[in-house]
Amino acid sequence: MSDMSDDDLVEDVEDEDDYVEDDDDTDLNFTDVVAEKDRKKSYEVDFIVHSIQGIVKNQDDEVTHVSNILGIQKQHAATLLRHFRWNKERLIEQYMDNATDVLNKAGVITDNARTPKFIKVPGFMCEICCDDDENLNTLALSCGHRFCRNCYEHYLTQKIKEEGESRRILCMANDCNVIVDEKTVELVVNKDIHERYRTLLNRTYVDDNEYLRWCPAPSCEYAVECHVPHTSLISIVPTVECHCTHRFCFGCGFPDHQPSICVLVKKWIKKCEDDSETANWISAHTKECGKCHSTIEKNGGCNHMTCRKCKYEFCWVCMGPWSEHGTSWYNCNRYDEKTSIDARDQQAKSRASLERYLHYYNRFANHEQSAKLDRELYNKTEKKMEEMQQTSDLSWIEVQFLKKAVDILVQCRMTLKWTYAFAFYLARNNQTDIFEDNQRDLEMAVEQLSELLEKPIESDKIAELKQQVLDKTVYVGSRREILLEDTAKGLLESRWEFQVDIKS
Amino acid sequence: MSTEARRRLMRDFKRLQNDPPGGISGAPCPDNILLWNAVIFGPADTPFEDGTFKLALQFDENYPNKPPSVKFISKMFHPNVYANGELCLDILQNRWSPTYDVAAILTSIQSLLHDPNPNSPANAEAANLYRENRKEYIRRVKEVVEHSWE
Repeated sequence: MSDMSDDDLVEDVEDEDDYVEDDDDTDLNFTDVVAEKDRKKSYEVDFIVHSIQGIVKNQDDEVTHVSNILGIQKQHAATLLRHFRWNKERLIEQYMDNATDVLNKAGVITDNARTPKFIKVPGFMCEICCDDDENLNTLALSCGHRFCRNCYEHYLTQKIKEEGESRRILCMANDCNVIVDEKTVELVVNKDIHERYRTLLNRTYVDDNEYLRWCPAPSCEYAVECHVPHTSLISIVPTVECHCTHRFCFGCGFPDHQPSICVLVKKWIKKCEDDSETANWISAHTKECGKCHSTIEKNGGCNHMTCRKCKYEFCWVCMGPWSEHGTSWYNCNRYDEKTSIDARDQQAKSRASLERYLHYYNRFANHEQSAKLDRELYNKTEKKMEEMQQTSDLSWIEVQFLKKAVDILVQCRMTLKWTYAFAFYLARNNQTDIFEDNQRDLEMAVEQLSELLEKPIESDKIAELKQQVLDKTVYVGSRREILLEDTAKGLLESRWEFQVDIKS
Repeated sequence: MSTEARRRLMRDFKRLQNDPPGGISGAPCPDNILLWNAVIFGPADTPFEDGTFKLALQFDENYPNKPPSVKFISKMFHPNVYANGELCLDILQNRWSPTYDVAAILTSIQSLLHDPNPNSPANAEAANLYRENRKEYIRRVKEVVEHSWE
């Protein structure tokens, strides 16, 4: 953020220069344009992808750093850092304030002269297994509670293997909150268990760290670092891309859902899970009682309806009260009477909100469905690319534009899909019109590109087709950018008004 | 059966005989050291006074790395005891430590009779009465006390 405002500042100064001396105008504009291009788009965030090795190294660096500053052994520094969920600054600050308190709470007793080792103690009996063999190997943490090696191994193996515990394994004595440190674990357990322990510890490093997240793609082992705090998720959609090419939201781990913010995505998905199919059915098959608004399905019989709930009698055809039908029992000729029109108006209103939801849902679902057909389209495109290479003199590299077009198309469909969830929650005002214009422009362009890609190839028109696809691809890409840019800026300026509370 | 669990249970038994805490007793079944019967006498100055409550403790080979499962055999009316006699006690679940022994478990249950924890009720009715209608609570407890003599 500070970089941006600095830029703005520089520009402002230049603008003032413009007013003073008018001659250099073109030159200045040129640098402006370049600066504009290099600047990060407002819907993009900075992020770094880490491999497992990177995560381990980062952890080691942090531990070494803290261990040097505080002058304590590494394994204790690690326990402290884990207790503070890797918030180094807070740890150092509080440690400087009151070291004993911090150590107590984190379950660390520092004794720099001491390294964990097995010793034999004459006359010792293990409190847990009651073994008092004089050759018994025993071990105690810095709290001094001594137990035999076997019991320790049993205990740690069970904690690590069965319970998946790693950073909070306590001393075996009751009411002792000293943590079993890494060095001790390494000393006691066998190689397999120790490996498992390291994996679990690495996992907690990412899980505990607010600015790290595992890539959610199946069997992907990368973690992504992104410095967007949870509190700013109502104004930013932090989309990141892992080395495995999976694009997802850093805030909630869901696949890329720009431009909708995480809260709206969560609400929308929940609503769709609860409502969509039911709502569709209700809309298609039922009417509402004119009095108590119960939904009623007519599954046979005549048009004289009696609501089972409130006993209101009405006509299924005109929805007016039955009492006005007099003796004409089996047909309705009162469709245009005032009371019937009123009854239908009322009905229309309550259906409108349902219809509104279905409007957005159907479009959302449509784009989702289209995106699901990706694979097919990719296969088709691949075939097409081969065909092109055979029927014309285009080389492999020259037909890559088709694949690129499909990539863009798929990405835009994702974006479009989420614009409908976003729009559903938008309160209607002038801003919404702008949003919907952008949405419409993107949608139109996407459909045109889609049509071009579906077209059969005529060998004499390949050059023309290529030009068209290239142009459209660039256009679609830029439409998407415009939409995302505007939405992201609106979020930052809190320009959008929502129908729901996004802070809850 | 692991000798470790057996050895440890033998020691627990010895300790319970040589140095029995007040108001509790317990012993393994003659043919199965993993199954114990125990009795807790209702602590004085509580509604449970004079009650003799029977419990069963089922150990497994992971003892003392894992806690035994403990159950009241006698009928019980207590905020932290389920209808089937199982109880909700932290040291028998997530706060278990391998250094606890049978004596420690039984004393903890005894003090639970003293101080029910109505905030995590296993028996909602008992918890409500304990909070809102202490007289009725005491009456219902007296019922199970009498029941325990049969």
